[in-house]
Amino acid sequence: MSNGHGSYGEYEAVIGLEIHLQLKTNTKMFCSCAVTFGEEPNTRVCPICLGHPGSLPVTNGRAVEYATRIALALDCGIAPHTIFHRKNYFYPDLPKAYQISQYDLPLGVGGHLDVEQEDGSTNRVGITRVHMEEDAGKLVHAGGATGRIHGADYSLVDFNRGGTPLVEIVTEPDIRSSEQARSFLNQLKNLIEHLGVSDVNMEEGSLRCDANVSVRRPGEPLGTKTELKNMNSFRFLARGLEAEIERQLSDLGAGEKVRQATVHFDPSTGSISVLRSKEEAHDYRYFPEPDLVPIVLDEAFIEKQRAELPELPAARKERLMAQYALSAYDAGVLAGNRSLGDYFERVAAEGDAKLAANWVMGDFSAYLNAQGFTVDESRVAPEDLAELLRLIADGTLSGKLAKDVFATMAESGQKPGHVVEERGLGQISDEGALEAIVAGIVDANPSAVAEYRSGNKKVMGFFVGQVMKETKGRANPQLANSLIRRALEA
Amino acid sequence: MSHDVYELSGIRCRGLLESGQASATELVQVYLDRMRGVDKQVGAYLLSNEEAALQQAAEIDAKPPEERRPWEGVPIAVKDIMATKGVETTCASRILSGYRPPYDATAIRKLKEAGLIILGKLNMDEFAMGSSTENSAYQPTRNPWDLERVPGGSSGGSAAAVAAAETPWALGTDTGGSIRQPASLCGVVGLKPTYGAVSRYGLIAFASSLDQIGPLTRTVSDAAALLGIVEGRDPLDSTSTGLREPIRLPTERDLAGRRFGVIKEFLGEAIDSGVREVFNDACKTIEALGGVVEEVSLPSVERGIAAYYIIAPAEASSNLARFDGVRYGYRSGEGEDLLSMYTHTRSEGFGPEVKRRIMIGTYVLSAGYYEAYYGQAQRTRTLIVQDFNRVFADYDYLISPTSPSVAFKLGERTADPLAMYLSDLCTIPVNLAGLPAISLPAGFSQGLPVGLHLISPHFGEQALLDAAHALEQKFLLEARPNLTEVTE
Ligand SMILES: [Zn+2]
Repeated sequence: MSNGHGSYGEYEAVIGLEIHLQLKTNTKMFCSCAVTFGEEPNTRVCPICLGHPGSLPVTNGRAVEYATRIALALDCGIAPHTIFHRKNYFYPDLPKAYQISQYDLPLGVGGHLDVEQEDGSTNRVGITRVHMEEDAGKLVHAGGATGRIHGADYSLVDFNRGGTPLVEIVTEPDIRSSEQARSFLNQLKNLIEHLGVSDVNMEEGSLRCDANVSVRRPGEPLGTKTELKNMNSFRFLARGLEAEIERQLSDLGAGEKVRQATVHFDPSTGSISVLRSKEEAHDYRYFPEPDLVPIVLDEAFIEKQRAELPELPAARKERLMAQYALSAYDAGVLAGNRSLGDYFERVAAEGDAKLAANWVMGDFSAYLNAQGFTVDESRVAPEDLAELLRLIADGTLSGKLAKDVFATMAESGQKPGHVVEERGLGQISDEGALEAIVAGIVDANPSAVAEYRSGNKKVMGFFVGQVMKETKGRANPQLANSLIRRALEA
Repeated sequence: MSHDVYELSGIRCRGLLESGQASATELVQVYLDRMRGVDKQVGAYLLSNEEAALQQAAEIDAKPPEERRPWEGVPIAVKDIMATKGVETTCASRILSGYRPPYDATAIRKLKEAGLIILGKLNMDEFAMGSSTENSAYQPTRNPWDLERVPGGSSGGSAAAVAAAETPWALGTDTGGSIRQPASLCGVVGLKPTYGAVSRYGLIAFASSLDQIGPLTRTVSDAAALLGIVEGRDPLDSTSTGLREPIRLPTERDLAGRRFGVIKEFLGEAIDSGVREVFNDACKTIEALGGVVEEVSLPSVERGIAAYYIIAPAEASSNLARFDGVRYGYRSGEGEDLLSMYTHTRSEGFGPEVKRRIMIGTYVLSAGYYEAYYGQAQRTRTLIVQDFNRVFADYDYLISPTSPSVAFKLGERTADPLAMYLSDLCTIPVNLAGLPAISLPAGFSQGLPVGLHLISPHFGEQALLDAAHALEQKFLLEARPNLTEVTE
């Protein structure tokens, strides 16, 4: 049995990933249709992305810029001269019957991503290549039980997605466990989020991941690999890899060989089905796309894209440590999630950074997890959290009351000042008001006063308790203390 | 109004409209009548745009003359390979029967913006694959000079329509000689521009790296004028460049000091003796006009046909893959599942020559064969480009016969694809190198037209038209096809 952490008896898993990212450009890769999600089917189409005879592609320059930034962020070398190829195959979601993609002259080659593991060690995953291509349309198979084309009564095709710019990232087989795959993908997603060039949302399909999986005894040559498809969430990625590794190990255990194949993970049953043997796979008959001119990426272009790179997670972590005096762990967590990091920095901009980090990683993150929200979906704006922290700092709220106020803010979206006022929660820090209360209590307890004045300083606690009782706990404790002392020692 | 249709060029039509001697409606009617009179014999048109053409003409006639654009009201016809919005566009293939494009090709849009009136869509070899127009899925087109003979191809409908005066001029396309060879066989002017001079947007692709739209006309001046209308860089075609300077109407009358290289490799035994005679006479005319004629050798061009018949089918096999019956055009009623629907649709929708080329193209791109065929062909192509560049250092023009023979009889070469492929011996290397070239009527052999082929360096269209004009003035060919109008 495996544990997700790379221990498979005498075997080890060898995993390489192929990741597809939809780029967040305004228009499609080769035409001027808008890139959208969730529109009415076939409303974002034109003769070009429908593959009408005679129509021609024109490369989206912004997509080339975004793809270059991704390749640079992954430390790839950028090809000074890159071209598109046609990848030929018939399928109804591919209206030209070829996908415009890249083949032997990809945009970026030879990069890497250093992935921090849970135990603090680093796993360097090589990036074989980064290339540009266009997305296919979307098929919906109606009727039939499986939702797959076999057994369907009919199929519908929506070309809105067809022609959306994609970047494909291919890794070296440097990953040894499902957990490593998951953290690689997480950190890649975070990197892309920092670049701001893709929504990288697996559920919506703007981030897709296939895996090449094989097993071997450490030190032996690579085993026969299978191509694992259809892992459309981080959870399924890990589960699918585990299931496929186990399937291969059980084949080997039974004295059989692993056969080259494309395999499919079914999340509902947790099982793997073998789609087709690789031997029958298509010959894509790649050849240079004659409708497009070569793309020349000169030094000036590359340097401009490099200059456009925002701060990337590794640098951000260092800066968070230096600028806000955060621990390596805190800085790592906040730099490991672009929107959480952004949220933190907006909160910290207005006050105590350490307090902000504790709250963002503590109550705020717990609230997001409990609700299943992303940072963007939060009902608590960073300015409001910053305001709450100010109320703590200036003594208006105790830490305990602040947690109650936060809970109300998270539920209602109200501003902290509003919650405090409405519920009468503010600390009484008004010296005059507290002085009157203290004077009343001193007058009413002459024996306790005498005791104090005879040297029993412990009676102090009694007076503080009385003030708190009188104010329902809202008296500013430091102020109350000093006012009582002043009254008793007068 | 009575006009000698053989005297009507595009420029002449413009003159008649400008001077008020003819209305747009009259001109359109002249050609509709002519079509009615001779097209049953010639078979140049696949579709007559009669209703829309007459309506457009009436609208133009209703405009005050000062509001008309220069070419507004001049009729034209186009090869049925360019997308025309809402008008059936078939590439003479069954697989596109009923297909009405949702958009205009850029060249069509330019014609419309200039105010030209599209008379109809012209026949061709299916998907421009052929040299005789016999590969049309709908009808053969006959040579107006001899109805037993082919007009050449693949723009045979365009050449025959101009030769039979069923249109003043036409647009065709040239992938390996498809404008120039039929122009030669039909005795009209045919110009293949530099690759990229005219946008390919909306030109239904045969071989994307070779295809180019160009004019077929009665005169060299018309070729210049029509090129001027359709050329230009197009943001919708990344490979388009337009010409470097606007084209002007040629006025040259001599060739003093111009250097002409006769391509030795194009004058081998494949050239008929009658064609050779006309060509030799043309060389003498060039010298008489002050030009220098010398023999040059371009050894690589002999491998042009071999390279072409790998590169063009390779691109075609991919370009034609989209015709699968799913979204437009013909779909077979047979087939149980997706794959058999594809198979039936394509088996029934494509003709034999198209299938042959799809199979060749699929084969040469296959894993394990790519380098030996496609890779090798691309290297040959590079050598051809280098050979042309080398000789153009010393010569202004290269010349040859356009076609090795005069028009051949219908059916004569259909059984022998290799003989058919040889029809494009002299024209194919020009496409491989992306050069501009023109075929100009230079004389007759056995009563049939013979064309002179002039090639110039990239973007040398103006020089090409200037020289062709000087020669045209000297050749002064007066003969006309002998067509009898049939009245019903
Ligand atoms: Zn589009």
